[in-house]
Amino acid sequence: MEEQERAEKMSVDKKIVAKIADLARINVPEEQLEPLAGELNNILDWIEQLSEVNTDGVAPMTSVVAFTLPFRADKVTDGGYRDEILANAPSADHGFFAVPKVIE
Amino acid sequence: MTQDLTKLTLAAARDGLTKGDFTSRELTQQYLSAMENGREMNSFIVETADIALHMADKADEMIAAGNATGMTGIPIAVKDLFCTKDVHSCAASHILNGFKPKYESTVTANLWHDGAVMLGKTNMDEFAMGSSNETSFYGPVKNPWRALDDKGVLDTKDYVPGGSSGGSVAAVAADMAMAATGTDTGGSIRQPAAFTGLVGMKPTYGRCSRWGMIAFASSLDQAGPITKTVRDAAIMMESMASYDVKDSTSVERIVPNYEHALTGDIRGMKIGIPKEYRMDGMPMEIEKLWQDAIGWMKAAGAEIIDISLPHTKYALPTYYIVAPAEASSNLARYDGVKYGLRVEGDSLDGMYKNTRAEGFGDEVKRRILIGTYVLSAGYYDAYYLKAQKIRTLIAQDFAKAYAQVDVILTPTAPSAAFAMGEKSDDPIAMYLNDIFTVPASLAGLPAISVPAGLSKNAMPLGLHLIGRAFDEETLLRAAHVLEHAAGFTAKPKVWWGEKS
Repeated sequence: MEEQERAEKMSVDKKIVAKIADLARINVPEEQLEPLAGELNNILDWIEQLSEVNTDGVAPMTSVVAFTLPFRADKVTDGGYRDEILANAPSADHGFFAVPKVIE
Repeated sequence: MTQDLTKLTLAAARDGLTKGDFTSRELTQQYLSAMENGREMNSFIVETADIALHMADKADEMIAAGNATGMTGIPIAVKDLFCTKDVHSCAASHILNGFKPKYESTVTANLWHDGAVMLGKTNMDEFAMGSSNETSFYGPVKNPWRALDDKGVLDTKDYVPGGSSGGSVAAVAADMAMAATGTDTGGSIRQPAAFTGLVGMKPTYGRCSRWGMIAFASSLDQAGPITKTVRDAAIMMESMASYDVKDSTSVERIVPNYEHALTGDIRGMKIGIPKEYRMDGMPMEIEKLWQDAIGWMKAAGAEIIDISLPHTKYALPTYYIVAPAEASSNLARYDGVKYGLRVEGDSLDGMYKNTRAEGFGDEVKRRILIGTYVLSAGYYDAYYLKAQKIRTLIAQDFAKAYAQVDVILTPTAPSAAFAMGEKSDDPIAMYLNDIFTVPASLAGLPAISVPAGLSKNAMPLGLHLIGRAFDEETLLRAAHVLEHAAGFTAKPKVWWGEKS
């Protein structure tokens, strides 16, 4: 299984950087793709040492301290802050956030 | 000449205020002048003098009415990561340009409720991502400490204050605030406290509410105090901590009177020394300080026990999967729609991409991209799931150790503060600053850095204690004894402002 994990991890190239930048919605100019790939590979190569740890049968951590998330009653206890919420918007119109046109 | 109140500890100021030796307004005014005099350190992004004086007057009324708490009338600096109502709160990022929240974070609300006084918002690494305070959109912070050469001549170079809470520590170390709030994700309170000769404490995950703290890595972020002494940290910690229904990971437990824990008595306390923290290439002076501290604690009646935390070396690479992954999710909210910066584009998507390209700095982008990559289809199991499994192993290492010991003693950082620009081109060299602080963060444990000595070039060095979950009292008791044994009294030589 460890072998297989290693095989799945390839070093990132320009194409992968462009893809993850697109997923992350960050505009990266063409000439920065190559240097970024280098930087990310350095970090990923360093992280790669984790593959030497045997984690068979180990449960992934889901909660930092041992406790159960509390339940609460399903009712509205607060709200009515439309104007406060919109106060910091770069653009707001008629009580809504305003964005560039998305439908032709 | 009037007394210089800015040199007082928080505990001494509290006592002086209660006795009526001076007012909070007088105290606050002295700090406001000190802040003005120290502006070249770039410690504050925003100074809030009017708010401070208003809060000081209210505090003086509280004291006169006999309603004072430990924090009443105490002027403090607030890290820019905390949302403060109608006051600049941008996590030192351009993407939150102009953001003034319409609500108050729970931690700061607790402090104001207890009568503390806000002096301003402090500089930090952008979104708390950094260990030197060089990634801020508002420029780097200068450490008030500068190295001394053999002849005792002060260096003219600027040193980093550590990070990410760099502005907070610089403000306290330079007597521009009596204490400050910090936040710690992988060491962002403790490492900068060590770099500036201060006490910095991260409580157990869940002890402080994260509501109104601008999120970086939600399973790691915790608020904590930065102060001049352990007693001051105990007083401020009690005010900051609370159960909060608005943060589902805050824990419903009574917050004890931490100051009462400072008995000075650690006889019979079991202190663990983890062999894995003896890193190759660690400077001799840090190794020696650690050995000295073992001797001090033994002399105070503690029992020293050698322990093993076998997964220590994997903590840092694990952190650099978990933290960027959580950051990439948390920072998805910055889209140019709800608050902060908007850079127009030829479509909605184009607007998102332009806004995020211009709004985030290089280190933040690097971490978002790493986080996006390790969470993306096909890589999730190999990276993120693997890291969360190793995180379990790291937590189990600590759980086994705490079957034997009460606290663990280690160095705080592998070096003293370094010169500005020295590590900013090498992300991994920068990440290694947090090698001793990250394991406790991953396990959610409380930890504290105590100033303990000076390097050969007279820069401060800190020692680090890690406690059991929710046992901040034992941690503080041990830290208090360590502080007194170390007897650290050095102050930075003033090179800024009018050297009066």
